[in-house]
Amino acid sequence: MTSYTSTLDSTPVHHGSRRAAFMATRVLIYGVLIFWAFICLFPIYWTFTTALKEAPDVMQGHLVPLVDFTPSWKGLRSLGLSPDTIFETSTVREEFLKRFTNSLWASLGGSFLALALGSLAGYGLARFPYRFGPMKNDDIGFFFISQLILPPVVLAMPFLVLYKELALLDSLPGLILVYTLMVLPIVIWIMRDQFHTIPVELEEAAFVDGLSIWGTFLRIVLPIALPGMVAAFILALVLSWNEYFFAALLTGANVQTLPVMVASQTGSQGISWWSMAALSAAAILPLIIVGILLERYIVQGLSTGAVK
Amino acid sequence: MTSSTPANAPLAFDRPVANATSQKMAGKLMIAAGSIIFVATLAFQILYASGVIESGFDTWLPVLYAYALWAASIIFGQVLVRGERGSRATFVLPAVFFTVALVVFPTIFGFYIAFTSWNLSSDAGRVFNGWDNLRALWNDPFFWNALGNMLYYGLMVLVEYAVAFGLAMILNSEIRARRFFRIVFLLPFMLSPVAVSWMVGKSIMENRFGPMARLARLLGWERPAFFSDPWIARLSIEVMDAWVFIPLMIILLLAGLQALPKEVLEASKVDGATPWQAFWRIIFPLMLPVSITTIIIRIIFKLKLADIVINVTAGGPGGATDTVSSFIYREYRDRSNVGYGTALAEFYLIAIIIFITVLLIAGRRLARRYGALPAVAES
Repeated sequence: MTSYTSTLDSTPVHHGSRRAAFMATRVLIYGVLIFWAFICLFPIYWTFTTALKEAPDVMQGHLVPLVDFTPSWKGLRSLGLSPDTIFETSTVREEFLKRFTNSLWASLGGSFLALALGSLAGYGLARFPYRFGPMKNDDIGFFFISQLILPPVVLAMPFLVLYKELALLDSLPGLILVYTLMVLPIVIWIMRDQFHTIPVELEEAAFVDGLSIWGTFLRIVLPIALPGMVAAFILALVLSWNEYFFAALLTGANVQTLPVMVASQTGSQGISWWSMAALSAAAILPLIIVGILLERYIVQGLSTGAVK
Repeated sequence: MTSSTPANAPLAFDRPVANATSQKMAGKLMIAAGSIIFVATLAFQILYASGVIESGFDTWLPVLYAYALWAASIIFGQVLVRGERGSRATFVLPAVFFTVALVVFPTIFGFYIAFTSWNLSSDAGRVFNGWDNLRALWNDPFFWNALGNMLYYGLMVLVEYAVAFGLAMILNSEIRARRFFRIVFLLPFMLSPVAVSWMVGKSIMENRFGPMARLARLLGWERPAFFSDPWIARLSIEVMDAWVFIPLMIILLLAGLQALPKEVLEASKVDGATPWQAFWRIIFPLMLPVSITTIIIRIIFKLKLADIVINVTAGGPGGATDTVSSFIYREYRDRSNVGYGTALAEFYLIAIIIFITVLLIAGRRLARRYGALPAVAES
């Protein structure tokens, strides 16, 4: 309803009261915007500042560093990342970096594999008429996309048992495979719609010029579809970086990921808020940066799949 | 997977590829070899595992490799056999083989486990026990409690939808710093639910020092406790989950709002409809298809809700915040009760499939009946 208010002030009748109403809606709109921005940002702000607090600052509820309290390196020191510990050997830092790299490789690996499989399938489904028994393209597409509803809990147990037999338990390839299957439905959904938006004429021309189907795909179609692929990739990355359920059940000491590390610390209530805050901050910081820099791609990826 | 006649296909151009008979033979040979290797490895390992033969592989990993080899031999072999049409199938076949191995097979295997009594911490191993798990499920008050909670969490999606719709409308209006607000509103979606569990659940909502508790005391709630009373605990969990997922709904609804036909909106302004009327008569009905998609996607994510519950309340107090996923998770983790836990999970899966199917059909009907608006658009 707000999109109309802006034109109301141009109508000549009752100019004064219209003007007042216009101002009132403006105030309301910006009030809501600022309120919601506060709700979105406060927990993040709280986490980053708490990482710089000492116990009394936490208990007295200080909020603003340098004004309310003197920042301390205690939180970062607990991860071995403070200025005075960063050049020394530190077992906590090694532990943290190991979890961090595990998360990184598992989410990057899973997203790349899903992007490769999903782009191919998405292109095939968007362009070629398939038939598999009674299933045609729409049914095959639905078969893939419907896996979105599978809750992790349904696959977790069979995977635990199968991975034990396959010696993939607590291994990076095992985790990568799980993350691939988890994000594959979304990637196929996004990529199929992306390829639908590319005009067929380009490919027909390339085909007439003598390129093979694969040549056309790799040299003509892929470069055009690149923004869509980035969108799908980023989304897959976000989902697998944050994944907890599978990681908690299928990994042990070897390839535990960052969310599992965060979760295992919350259980032991030592009220070392600064170290928990530092750890949480480190877990969310990469994706906050990704979100700020690549917001456009994330929005594009999410909206192509769902809104035609 | 075969390509059907490409008569009315978007890319319907068959080049006359002279597929030499020798090439076809090579393709068929390739598929046969791949199949033989796969079946032989599988049979060999089954015989070894069941103790019929003495030597074999330590793990089943070679069988997985043989499966990959078999998949590759079929993908390449069918190109040689079928030429151009085979080439087309290579696009979708890798995903099919991947899905069959990692989704279809484990799901079928899961249904098998569901009919066994199997506790990892006992030595009895896997024992087929027929419908016992299902009978136990029927009489398990904690499971039905968790399922009841899912109903509550599911209904709260409508509240989240209302909030997200309002915010999407505001983001779509003429405002300054739109890009800034869009990025800020997106951020919670980027955060790991486990981190949110600590950031919000365990620190901001902490009863003594948390900012929320301070605010509550300021507002006159003497001894604020966000996770002791069942209904307040349920609400607290819901608030955290909503905080993470409202951005997703905003994005979807905003994309829908931006795709609305401008002429219809202009026409309603000229007609002198109040913003309220314009919203209910034009925007809301036009947005119905997008709204239904958004709500269904959100419900799909909601049905997986587990991380926050596991890490903040572990289902408590007294199972008040339990979701089906977090309940089954504890069944695995704390009681190692694989057979029963899997039976619960498979039951939940079937319930979800039925529920989502009904939702999709109802949504499609609703969108068809009220979604199109020729009458209003003309007036």
